[in-house]
Amino acid sequence: MSMNTENIRPGDLEWTCCNCGRKLEPAPVVVEYLGNEFTAELPRCPSCGLVMITEELALGKMAEVEHILEDK
Amino acid sequence: MEQNELRQWESRCIEEQAPWCAAACPLHVDARSLCARTAAGDWAGAWQVLLRTMPLPGVLGRICDAPCRERCKRGEAGEAIAIHLLERACVGHARPRRKPAPVPSKPQRIMVVGSGLSGLSAAGELARKGYQVTVHEPGESLAQGLREQYAAQVPDEALDLELDLLLKLKIKVETRAPVDEPGFLDRMLESCDGVFLSLDALDPEGWPLERGEDGRPVAAWPVQATAREGVFAGGLSGPDGFSPVWAAAQGRWGAASLDRWLQGVSPGAAREKDGPFETRLYISLKGVEPLPKVQPAEPEGYDDQEAIQEAGRCLQCHCLECVKVCPYLESFGAYPKKYAREIYNNQSIVMGARQANKLINSCSLCGLCETVCPEDFAMQDLCLTVRRDMVQKGKMPPSAHEFALLDMEFSLGQEFRLAKHQPGHEASAALFYPGCQLAASAPSQVRAVYGHLCASLQGGVGLMLACCGAPAFWAGQEAKLASALEAWRAGWEALGSPPLIMACSSCAEVFRRHLPEVEQRFLWEVLAETGMEIKAPANGPLAMHDPCTTRHHADIQQTVRGVVGRAGVELEELRLGRELTECCGYGGLMSTANPELAQEVITRRGGQSQRDYLAYCAVCRDRLAQVGKRALHALDLFFPVPGEEDPAARPSPGWSQRRENRARLKAELLRDLWGEEAPAMQAHRQVELLIAPEVAELMERRRILIEDIQKVIFEAEAQGNKLCHPQTGHFLASFRPYKAVFWVEYTPEGEGFRVHNAYAHRMKVKVGAKP
Repeated sequence: MSMNTENIRPGDLEWTCCNCGRKLEPAPVVVEYLGNEFTAELPRCPSCGLVMITEELALGKMAEVEHILEDK
Repeated sequence: MEQNELRQWESRCIEEQAPWCAAACPLHVDARSLCARTAAGDWAGAWQVLLRTMPLPGVLGRICDAPCRERCKRGEAGEAIAIHLLERACVGHARPRRKPAPVPSKPQRIMVVGSGLSGLSAAGELARKGYQVTVHEPGESLAQGLREQYAAQVPDEALDLELDLLLKLKIKVETRAPVDEPGFLDRMLESCDGVFLSLDALDPEGWPLERGEDGRPVAAWPVQATAREGVFAGGLSGPDGFSPVWAAAQGRWGAASLDRWLQGVSPGAAREKDGPFETRLYISLKGVEPLPKVQPAEPEGYDDQEAIQEAGRCLQCHCLECVKVCPYLESFGAYPKKYAREIYNNQSIVMGARQANKLINSCSLCGLCETVCPEDFAMQDLCLTVRRDMVQKGKMPPSAHEFALLDMEFSLGQEFRLAKHQPGHEASAALFYPGCQLAASAPSQVRAVYGHLCASLQGGVGLMLACCGAPAFWAGQEAKLASALEAWRAGWEALGSPPLIMACSSCAEVFRRHLPEVEQRFLWEVLAETGMEIKAPANGPLAMHDPCTTRHHADIQQTVRGVVGRAGVELEELRLGRELTECCGYGGLMSTANPELAQEVITRRGGQSQRDYLAYCAVCRDRLAQVGKRALHALDLFFPVPGEEDPAARPSPGWSQRRENRARLKAELLRDLWGEEAPAMQAHRQVELLIAPEVAELMERRRILIEDIQKVIFEAEAQGNKLCHPQTGHFLASFRPYKAVFWVEYTPEGEGFRVHNAYAHRMKVKVGAKP
């Protein structure tokens, strides 16, 4: 199960963090579901750490993994 | 689920029971498959069917007397299938070549005396088991009697081919055997380990056989033992006189007995399935057009086309009564016996994917399968039991029912819950309980009904708004159900435990099961008594749709028909109505766990009649409306919504609207009837949203509520945790109000916010992920 840099599209990094005013950058982020943890490269504010999950990721790969974990 | 419970479930489903033809055949030839292959013109396939169970098919296939015809179900709708003629047509085609299976070798020697059908059948069976078989034939050549007797039906080449195949099994042949010499059998037994007598090719006199009352020799089937140890016999009459198929079967059974005897196993134990047996397979002949047998143009039998046509008359007996009426059972591709096994395996898994979760959670628990099943297989009981087990073990997928359970929590919460005596009364002689979904669907009608009841009944009519706990019941969430019922009971008891006037049959069912002390009657009975006037709708008869929770309550179904019919509303009955009614796809939380299937279910339901439907469950009505089916709720006839011209076309309120309707109903009733203010709205509820129809539709599909979006924007605006897109100026923010994370893309507009997009996931970003 991998959620790597392929999750990040160039357009995703155009978003800026409103609190910090900085552009998002790819960074390793730990996500968790039902006690299972994974590290994935996701767009993140380099200053405050605010992470963005895109619609594509949420409804695609993430939904798929959630489903697999729920049936485990 | 324990293994013995699985066995009990499995034994209830009769789909895998043998078809009547195969059960009636002493050899259990699968005539159903033979017909299927033949009807498809697949002669090689038809041959394979015979090869599986029929000894000497090139011979027996031409002379089989087909006792199966007696029990063929087609015989109850026309004439029985002419299986013997189909077998003949099949073996007229070239026999497919089969690589002989490697034969194990056993040292024991067996003598087969006589080469009739039973002897050759026994010799073949025993040789295939590896015994050293010698056939002692009194005549000049192997199968001499058989050849002479059936010369007209069995060509020499066909018999020779069968004999060649037997000899390839290393069977030895002694012709001119002196079988009539005194002491022949004793000498045989001295030089071998067992004997089989083919009495269809021998004079039965002189052999050590028991005699029946008529003095004729017997060797009781299927053991075929004689009075002499180690000697078995076949080729005697069947129940209706001599029969080639019985003779061949006796050879097979005698061979099996010899094999057991030689291995020290009881020849008579567990032989119930040898020979004709009873089958429980149920076949409905409803709608089957009677058809006569295809008459062959030539006396010797069918040509290919005739055979194909005759085989096409076969009913292909299957039960599948439940699968025929249930899109859920159909959609998983099998039938309850297989499902029980899949569910059992699902529950036994320690590591790996539980592949039956969706099967378990998709059942609407409507009970139609049990009603149509000749053996009362209740898929709903199986699924519900297993759901409870999954919940208890923490193995229920959280996403399966969460949305419905949150909706239940809403109905149990401050925004909707209400329990009050009629204004100006200190007690309630009755309590109106509309149920959460009628309030969600048609709040103005709840109010109108309540007004009518207050005006028509004596002694005060209380009102209670809450949830009966049905979603928790359906989800297998016993603890949540218990606490919902407890809260409900407390509210009811505080009003003096008045008898209920129910508008929802699902609530009624939950109370009947879990709070039997609650006295309840249906609103429809009350409306019949109060003599409420109704106006028949303009467009013609209405098709009656009963909610699945009234399945076993013919009285309720009748009351509704009566009260509506009295006013001159014509009704049409659906093919699946009353006790055979279908679920709308909401029951059992099907629509939460498997929305695609639920959509299919209601679409099919709506397609059963061109008429406008009349429902008396708010959810049924709304689900029909969702798929574009014109449908009325019975209350639309009694309490038309002022200004609504075409109630059958009223769209179903979306998820958010259903909450809004409930909250507003409570607030307005409190204010208008009891002069009380509703509790103040939470701060996030005051966030104003602008949502275009296509975004609203997307939210509906993704089950994202307006309130979820309000929470996201409220939090983002308060904390400043949001992203901004420099080109579009859109904000993007998320919030996790419960086990789901909601994301909203929005822009401020006027006093409120325009919603551009919304989506959700369940995976959580670990906090402390700061750089």
